[in-house]
Amino acid sequence: MSDRPIIRVQHVVKSFGKVTAVNDVSFDVRAGELFAFLGPNGAGKTTTIKMLTTLLRPTTGSLELDGLDVTTHPMDVRKRFGVVFQDPSLDSDLTAWENMDIHGVLYHVPRQVRRERCEVLLRMFELWERRDDLVKTFSGGMKRRLEIARGLLHTPKVLFLDEPTLGLDPQSRNQMWTHVSSLNQTERVTVFLTTHYMDEADRVADRIAVIDHGRIVATGSSAELKAQTGTDSLEAAFLALTGTTIRDESATAADQMRQVARVWRR
Amino acid sequence: MAVIFVLWLREIKKYLRSRVQIVASLGGPLMYLGVLGFGLGPVFRRAGEGSYLQFMAPGVIGMAVLFTAMFSGIAMLWDRQFGFLKETLVAPVPRLAIMIGRTLGGATVAVLQGALIFVVTLIAGFRPVSVLAVPLAFLVIVLIAVVFAALATAIGSTIKEMQGFQMVMNFLVMPIFFLSGAIYPLQGLPRVLAALTRIDPLTYGVDGVRGLLIGSAYFGVGLDLAVLFGVGVLFVAAGAWRFSRIEA
Repeated sequence: MSDRPIIRVQHVVKSFGKVTAVNDVSFDVRAGELFAFLGPNGAGKTTTIKMLTTLLRPTTGSLELDGLDVTTHPMDVRKRFGVVFQDPSLDSDLTAWENMDIHGVLYHVPRQVRRERCEVLLRMFELWERRDDLVKTFSGGMKRRLEIARGLLHTPKVLFLDEPTLGLDPQSRNQMWTHVSSLNQTERVTVFLTTHYMDEADRVADRIAVIDHGRIVATGSSAELKAQTGTDSLEAAFLALTGTTIRDESATAADQMRQVARVWRR
Repeated sequence: MAVIFVLWLREIKKYLRSRVQIVASLGGPLMYLGVLGFGLGPVFRRAGEGSYLQFMAPGVIGMAVLFTAMFSGIAMLWDRQFGFLKETLVAPVPRLAIMIGRTLGGATVAVLQGALIFVVTLIAGFRPVSVLAVPLAFLVIVLIAVVFAALATAIGSTIKEMQGFQMVMNFLVMPIFFLSGAIYPLQGLPRVLAALTRIDPLTYGVDGVRGLLIGSAYFGVGLDLAVLFGVGVLFVAAGAWRFSRIEA
């Protein structure tokens, strides 16, 4: 593990017209760690991921991934990360294998390596038997697993997971975390994830950044956050830090639509 | 190159798998061919214009190509809403390659659909004047497909909502079809209508196909090809420009 952080975000601001979604955010992610962005919906988690994944440009501030400036070297940066967005990005009219294969071509993975990696990953995520089935016949959990498998195909250094368990049932959710924790070890990939579930951040993350209203309120391991606030649960620590609890009622209309859409698409 | 190919192949695979869509998309052209072709046939003949079916078949082929190519724009909105677009946008490949792969895929599907309708018109009794001209006619069909697939890409990159595409269908695609002279001759039109038909790229497409398949072009096949080629270049450039500016 090198000393240089794999992700370095400094004083990043992102405004959409009059709305400031991300307001002077700075943090480092160390290579190999499992880093969680914890905060309610609308806190700026997804916007930050979109900036780190070159889909949005920051209004001001700088983002670095593996020592490369994200804004000025988007192509080199893209080769180094895999991403699973909040909304599914699979082609449901293609098979699992075809989705993987197209990804491999898009990331210039040589044919032989592509075949091997596809097999290893599909087996790891327990999708090998279903590789020739159309993705539209998959359950929500299977689709999410396939997306993660696909995101790892080009052996990225960082894997971004935006709300990976949103809309999954408790069983798939547990399974998802087992997979994520183990691949963090087997693939030696840095995992950057966002979640608004306290228990999940508490259980899996090495370090957590608490974000609210576009600002990072605190950063540290679960134990550090509890110690810092003198509380005994992450939930209480979050309350002490932000003055609010995360409740599902605070979900925006768009989030709710998304959840409904996911249920229907299964 | 591999990227363009794999995205092109994706469109073809999706097309061949959507049997229902293929059959459904035959409906419109078949109705025009059947109802208008046979319904207006006697009037057309009495007006001394010969067989309406002969006249109309190239127009119906043009219609099928137009509609299928424009449909690839909807496919892009679909991809945007259900995510696959994002997968390609974060990949370390130039946007131009993605745009070309998609557009060529959409155009190829449109040509396949045009070929299917061509076969249907043959069954209905359409007889091209020369078998040798058929490959050339397909060159025109390919150009029509590229022109409108590129236009669809430009529009699909610009609008975000599905409802927007409904507008495009009603206020762009239908007029393009009706103004193209696909179902009526271009001779002796009122001046305004004549002017409108001349700015419609499909007019030159249908005219070119007609010129090659039944030997009567209004503008002449050379001009038709030149216009289609020029508009094609323009629309591909516009599509590439709009596509490069998509923000997710």
